Amino acid sequence: MKLARDTWLVYQRQLLLMARSPVWIAVGLLQPLCYLLLFAPLLTSALAASGAHSTADAYRIYVPGLLSALALMGGLFTGFTLLGELHAGVIERSRVTPVSRVALLLGRALRETTALLIQSALIAVLAIPFGLTVGLADLLLAMAMLALMALMASSVSYGLALLVPTDAALGPVVNTIAQPLALLSGTLLPIALAPVWLRTAASWNPCYWAVEGMRALFAGHLDAPEVWRGLLLTALLTVVAVAWSARLFAQRIR
Amino acid sequence: MIVTKGLRKSFQPRRGAAAVDAVRGIDLNVAEGEIYGLLGPNGAGKTTTLRMLATLLAPDGGAATVAGADLRAEPSEVRRRIGYVAQGGGTTDQATAREELVLQARMYGVRKAEAVRRAEQGLAAFDLTEFGDRVCKTYSGGQRRRLDLALGVVHRPRVLFLDEPTVGLDPRSRSQVWAEVRRLREQGMTVLLTTHYLDEADALCDRIGIVDNGGIVTEGTPEELKQEISGDSVTIGLPGPEATTGAERALAELPCVQRLEALPGEDGLRLHVDSAATAIPQLLRTLAAVGIEPEHVQLQRPSLDDVFLALTGRALVHSG
Ligand SMILES: Nc1ncnc2c1ncn2[C@@H]1O[C@H](COP(=O)(O)OP(=O)(O)O)[C@@H](O)[C@H]1O
Ligand SMILES: [Mg+2]
Repeated sequence: MKLARDTWLVYQRQLLLMARSPVWIAVGLLQPLCYLLLFAPLLTSALAASGAHSTADAYRIYVPGLLSALALMGGLFTGFTLLGELHAGVIERSRVTPVSRVALLLGRALRETTALLIQSALIAVLAIPFGLTVGLADLLLAMAMLALMALMASSVSYGLALLVPTDAALGPVVNTIAQPLALLSGTLLPIALAPVWLRTAASWNPCYWAVEGMRALFAGHLDAPEVWRGLLLTALLTVVAVAWSARLFAQRIR
Repeated sequence: MIVTKGLRKSFQPRRGAAAVDAVRGIDLNVAEGEIYGLLGPNGAGKTTTLRMLATLLAPDGGAATVAGADLRAEPSEVRRRIGYVAQGGGTTDQATAREELVLQARMYGVRKAEAVRRAEQGLAAFDLTEFGDRVCKTYSGGQRRRLDLALGVVHRPRVLFLDEPTVGLDPRSRSQVWAEVRRLREQGMTVLLTTHYLDEADALCDRIGIVDNGGIVTEGTPEELKQEISGDSVTIGLPGPEATTGAERALAELPCVQRLEALPGEDGLRLHVDSAATAIPQLLRTLAAVGIEPEHVQLQRPSLDDVFLALTGRALVHSG
């Protein structure tokens, strides 16, 4: 109860701050448009090898990967916004109050998740004219999966920002994690195109299964094993990431 | 209201490096309704002490009771009873003072309607109403500091911790902050503040603990501390730098001179003597013997700087 109330407090404040930065909103809305419109001409021929015979087919492979990439990357880089707050003493001020430490994390991570879901819904709608059709149940499950991915990635990122609290140091750390993760999840290009060793490596990456689950959902295979496997793995990882990061919020603020 | 015993904290700057003993056993006993100042140079361990008492840092050793709650056993109870204003504050540039006050009250569990009412009161009490709906980014240093104070007391704590409340403020904002702190004390609040300004400790605090190198060197009211060091201060103005060096050489020999130092920024000396009444004739005679004529001679009450110098062998104003 207290956790829900405190999370709501922090979340409201974060939404307010987001609404006050118009540049952020403009970038957040233009980015998906660019991805969709600029990649479109490339898609059909590039994805022909994965069995895409039409633009619609290509979008069914490309869009779920794009959404996953946005969730993971957007989440992983959100730690930089925390650095500003750490620097201004906002986190320390919160930590002297009895406010729930988990709420300090969740309120922020949910802001990021909300932003991502808005972007994703926009992309899904914009892709309709290109022939992308997804069932409502599939889409809702896909959104749930994306929300989990964003929550997990932003929790990890906040944790890293608390451990490595300078811009100069956090950049390389996040990049080192984000690049291989994106590649080994097959977000932008399906991993099926990769050599065997890369595919083996990918199968050890939980995010790979999440992205596979997303593709199954966009292909309309609601009951495919990839779907529940992806959801379960992502949910587990999210719980671990939130617990780890919340512990740091409770302890580690200089 | 605040009782500590042997509070300790050391930091390991990085793996393998030698530990820094930031606080090495601090004993405090601050009474209800008192303004207590921790006075000491930068790096003395003042902030670390405050952060421990505000539950932001776990002490390595020692015990403390804050507003009746045990620091180690019930930190969340301590949090409920205290307010803490960090040296750098902690406001969000893009939020308004009113929004910050409402959020702060709500983080302490105050209901929404009541939080809105308290924000209104806070704005009025700290003279912020005029720009309460402007974002904090636009505030001057003094306005921001008053908001920090308002945030620190919006939940009506019994104990308030202030870390360097007036550092970097212009004189007018400074005295305004002092007035606010005195007003809080009149309402029965206990205030523990840190400062490295002598005049602030002297003017604002009921009692002072002088901190150096992680420990309290001495404590007392400003008057007690000044009486503690026996003797008087004498300032001699001299006509030029040459005369100053000459006078320094001649006077250092005298048995009645305990210490002497050149005045910062002007030609002259500041001497610490056992008794000004007997020392001044001797000083003048000695100067006349080496052919130096002083421009003026002044007798001064010892300042807190003299106290600090006598206790640690260093001048507070130069050691920052
Ligand atoms: N988080 C920290 N890590 C390592 N050293 C620290 C940390 N915080 C403070 N110190 C060191 O502890 C000592 C006391 O610092 P501090 O309490 O900030 O002093 P003051 O507030 O009196 O200026 C200093 O030597 C400082 O460098
Ligand atoms: Mg300090």
